[in-house]
Amino acid sequence: MSEINPDKIAQLIAEAEKLINSAQDIDQLKSLRSKIVGDDSEITNLNASIKNLPNEQKAEAGKLVGQAKAKISNSYSEVEQRLAAEQKNLQLKNESVDMSAYANLSQQGARHPLSLMMEQVSDAFVGMGWEIAEGPELESEWFNFDALNFDQDHPARAMQDTFFVSPLDAKLVLRTHTSPVQVRSMLERDIPIYVLCPGRVFRTDELDSTHTPVFHQVEGLAIDKGLTMADLKGTLEHFARKMFGDEAEIRLRPSYFPFTEPSAELDVWHPQAKGGPRWVEWGGCGMVNPNVLKASGIDPEQYSGFAFGMGIERTLMFRNGVLDMRDMVEGDMRFARQFGVRV
Amino acid sequence: MRVPLSWISEFTELPKGSKPEQLMADLVKIGLEEEQEHFFEVSGPVVVGKVVEFVDEPQSNGKTIRWCQVDVGESENRGIVCGASNFAEGDKVVVTLPGSVLPGNFAIAARSTYGHTSDGMIASVKELGLGDDHEGILVLSTLGLDPKIGEDAIQLLGLDDSAAEINVTPDRGYCFSIRGVAREYSHATSTKFTDPADIASVSGDGFELKVQDNSPIRGKNGCNRFELVELAGVDASAPTPAWMMSRLKLAGMRSISLVVDITNYVMLETGQPTHAYDLDLLTGGITVRRANKGEKLKTLDGQLRDLHEEDLLITDESGPIGIAGVMGGHSTEVSDKTARVLIEAANFDPVSIARSARRHKLPSEASKRFERGVDPLVANKAIARIAQLLAEYGSAKATGFGASYFPDLEPVEIELPAGFASELVGVDYSVELQKQILQQIGCQVSGEDVIMVEPPSWRPDLRHKTDLVEEIARIDGYHKIASRLPVAPPGSGLTQNQQLRRKLADFLAASGMVETLNYPFLSSQENQIFGKPKPVRLENPIQEDFPEMRTSLMPGLMQAAARNVSRGLVSGNLYEMGSVFWAAPNSESSVAFPDTASRPEQKQLDALDSQIPEQPEMLAGLGFGDRKPMLPGEKSEPIDFKLAIDQVFSVLRVLSLEPNLVNAENPGLHPGRSADVLVGGEKVGFVGELHPDIAASYHLPRVSLFELNLRKLLAMVEPVAASAVYTFPAATQDLSLVVDQSLEAETLRQTLIQGAGELLENIRTVDVYQGKGIPDGKKSVTFSMIYRAPDRTLTQEEASESRNSAVALATSNHGAELRGV
Repeated sequence: MSEINPDKIAQLIAEAEKLINSAQDIDQLKSLRSKIVGDDSEITNLNASIKNLPNEQKAEAGKLVGQAKAKISNSYSEVEQRLAAEQKNLQLKNESVDMSAYANLSQQGARHPLSLMMEQVSDAFVGMGWEIAEGPELESEWFNFDALNFDQDHPARAMQDTFFVSPLDAKLVLRTHTSPVQVRSMLERDIPIYVLCPGRVFRTDELDSTHTPVFHQVEGLAIDKGLTMADLKGTLEHFARKMFGDEAEIRLRPSYFPFTEPSAELDVWHPQAKGGPRWVEWGGCGMVNPNVLKASGIDPEQYSGFAFGMGIERTLMFRNGVLDMRDMVEGDMRFARQFGVRV
Repeated sequence: MRVPLSWISEFTELPKGSKPEQLMADLVKIGLEEEQEHFFEVSGPVVVGKVVEFVDEPQSNGKTIRWCQVDVGESENRGIVCGASNFAEGDKVVVTLPGSVLPGNFAIAARSTYGHTSDGMIASVKELGLGDDHEGILVLSTLGLDPKIGEDAIQLLGLDDSAAEINVTPDRGYCFSIRGVAREYSHATSTKFTDPADIASVSGDGFELKVQDNSPIRGKNGCNRFELVELAGVDASAPTPAWMMSRLKLAGMRSISLVVDITNYVMLETGQPTHAYDLDLLTGGITVRRANKGEKLKTLDGQLRDLHEEDLLITDESGPIGIAGVMGGHSTEVSDKTARVLIEAANFDPVSIARSARRHKLPSEASKRFERGVDPLVANKAIARIAQLLAEYGSAKATGFGASYFPDLEPVEIELPAGFASELVGVDYSVELQKQILQQIGCQVSGEDVIMVEPPSWRPDLRHKTDLVEEIARIDGYHKIASRLPVAPPGSGLTQNQQLRRKLADFLAASGMVETLNYPFLSSQENQIFGKPKPVRLENPIQEDFPEMRTSLMPGLMQAAARNVSRGLVSGNLYEMGSVFWAAPNSESSVAFPDTASRPEQKQLDALDSQIPEQPEMLAGLGFGDRKPMLPGEKSEPIDFKLAIDQVFSVLRVLSLEPNLVNAENPGLHPGRSADVLVGGEKVGFVGELHPDIAASYHLPRVSLFELNLRKLLAMVEPVAASAVYTFPAATQDLSLVVDQSLEAETLRQTLIQGAGELLENIRTVDVYQGKGIPDGKKSVTFSMIYRAPDRTLTQEEASESRNSAVALATSNHGAELRGV
């Protein structure tokens, strides 16, 4: 009887499987591999011994050994896969953390809401085909006053609470409004002109909860043939609805500005106002004074125009419920972080 | 302007029981904006009482009180304790009975005091809110009053009146009068209007008057009209009537004396400022002229003032007796003893008065009106009204003595084409309507296709046809204007710079930085921290300590950081994008201003611009505290210069600019942690850490910072010319070179880039080492290099060849030695 018989094979398989199942983890299994299916294994030895058998037994023995080897390899692979998966799971388990313990942002960045609002206003007008004009914050009085029909001795000039640059003879000021940009636009651009001038302006008010010496304005200017106060009203209405929703309305009240005639104060009906819808004073506007057109070389008999302006701080206050002007100027990170990148 | 309701209703029709609120609501419609309401704040039983008898009772505290029996028209007298002693038995006084409330929410109740129960209070003028007099209680006979006992004193003294305060825009000087506001009210409500100036003039002659302006300002004579009238036989000590006192008080003026009160009263009513001289204190005739050099005047407020040659003066033979239209002189002031009053009602050039008022910092009630233009025709009407009131309350009589100077007024006529208003406003106004409105506001009108308009004397603001259009539009109502959205021509959107600024701002916010908008006002010390571009100084800073405009954004960010730290926000990352101000060489010289009647010549505009300080836009960032906060199992990582370098590189890279750093000391920075930022060899800013001493002075920890000239950067941005992204495998090599300690890593890196040639895709400086194994004075710099060929897999030999030639160049340029790996 040959060594290679089914009983012997079955025993051999059983022994190999016992060895396979004895492995606690993948590394142990791998270290046993040569004993199970490798060079040091019984099955390999048996396989080698086939060549010594008489020829007529070789085929039968080869078949038995081959089947056994396949069976042992399969068992090995199965266990190997299982142990590998177990190890992977263990590793993942070991790596697990309480993520909620890390749930804080180290440094939240943010835009300043005033910048965001100026961008939003700009976009509303760019959407209508207007362009955004810019100019210096420290200006010649000529652009800030003279060209805007502020006579040098007119009380309106004193009304502006102007910061003057030393020496006074230089006649330089911190612009009291963004209107000098309108003058520059009229001097530099071809008609028709539809420009919006957002920017920083200065008046000698002490900082308190409702005043600041440095604030932001946005002014608009349109010069074209045949513009009327109806165009002004339509533009402001459109703008108001962009800012305050479709229910917003506007109202004009007679007023005075040296650079416009007729002039008006602008109120907006704020549907979402805190404490219920109400009229809010929003800005000033009017038809460009012919003297202003002339100073920029525009013939008032041929062209007319309208202009308007409003404060960004004030708009932010009543639109977004900011209660204290100081929050907008102090640079406290907590203030801007409320807004992120939207206002 | 404050408008007492009882007063305005003399000239127009206010609905019965009107409140200031309603008056303001009507006035705002035609452009007189509401300010606030004014009341006397007296209520309850305040009655006339007669002191029947009193007993003086000395107190242990040294005071003597009077225990008075007062008849207030009830069946029995009331016992009232009074601290004053300026009254006698039989005097009629004002008694505030328990239940009444006086200004300051002072509630009166019966109370025990000085051993009595005081059943009310005898009130002073001040306690009633009628004036400042607190010398004693108000004895009604001193106001010329002898009312019935028990009569309502609130009504008697006009304390039931109230006033509406409105904001008068600079073009509507005529609304600094009851006359003007009443007229506007009638326009707003279509009620009738009676002109208080519609009375017979009073004038005089015989007094010596000279008006002589030898140096008119801007070609205009200082004095356009000067009327003088004597009122004789004045009882200047007579009391101001209570009704006038209460109206003056509501209008915001103090009662001073009968004569002064009447001139103020008439100014408020007619808009014509007047002045009263004690005629017996004048020396000779009056001359109106400009001041001479060195002249001085003691004004009514007791101040001795140096006069300026531009000041228009009222003088007599003794010298100046008043600054025209601004304030009278002390020497000719009326007093209780004045018997002959000389009333002046004049009309002065607004510019001359405005300049004098500003120069002497005397924004008086008179100058406020003259600056905005006073009706030149109302002078003698005002005198007439004064004469009338002073006759009634001070037994004065106009004698006809006086003087008059009144040259012809320049006629004003405006052509208003019939269609012009409609073209400008967008409302179809008929010719009839236009004429009717213009007449309503006091214009003379004629013509049809072109309406010829002569504006009324009190409207110097109406000089151009658009001025008339505003009148038509506002009286007809702005609410009638329709809405129409004009179509602008296609625009080109935001400019490249505008877009890039926004993108940068958003990018910085997304990278954890908080945008701040800091005030540009700095102290000169702060301005000097970061170098010395010439600063611009303000003439009138808000705070004397911060008189300069910032030359750098850095100090503002430091202040903001310090504020955050002081509020417990100990880590942060701030940035600002904004202008700084560098004086131009000729920023202090004066430039001739072009005329505004037409477009200035280009060279005139260039001259204006050349004087304006340079205002480049900068981008600055500042970090303090932790770069990485402490987390479970991890330590925090403090901020240092590396953060700022990261930020600078991010900013430049997102603009597709290639930055270099060169170690360089910059003022204000840590001397060993400071570098210049270069792009294409040009310095565009600095980066590093704030000098620790300066940080400490702001109570800040270690601070990383950078400032970049954004204007320069944006000008450098060009369209991106993309290169292909090669996908053949790369070869990676590390390289350590030993060089002199003083050699900058970046210089060495640049040499390696040059030496390595085209195959080098990327090279980073990864380590700098000094110490064991490196000779003194030397350092080892390690680079990590990536090589890649565009068209093939690179062999290790090719990479080594490139590396060797890089090393060779470093050796020949810097004496670098390859460090044994």
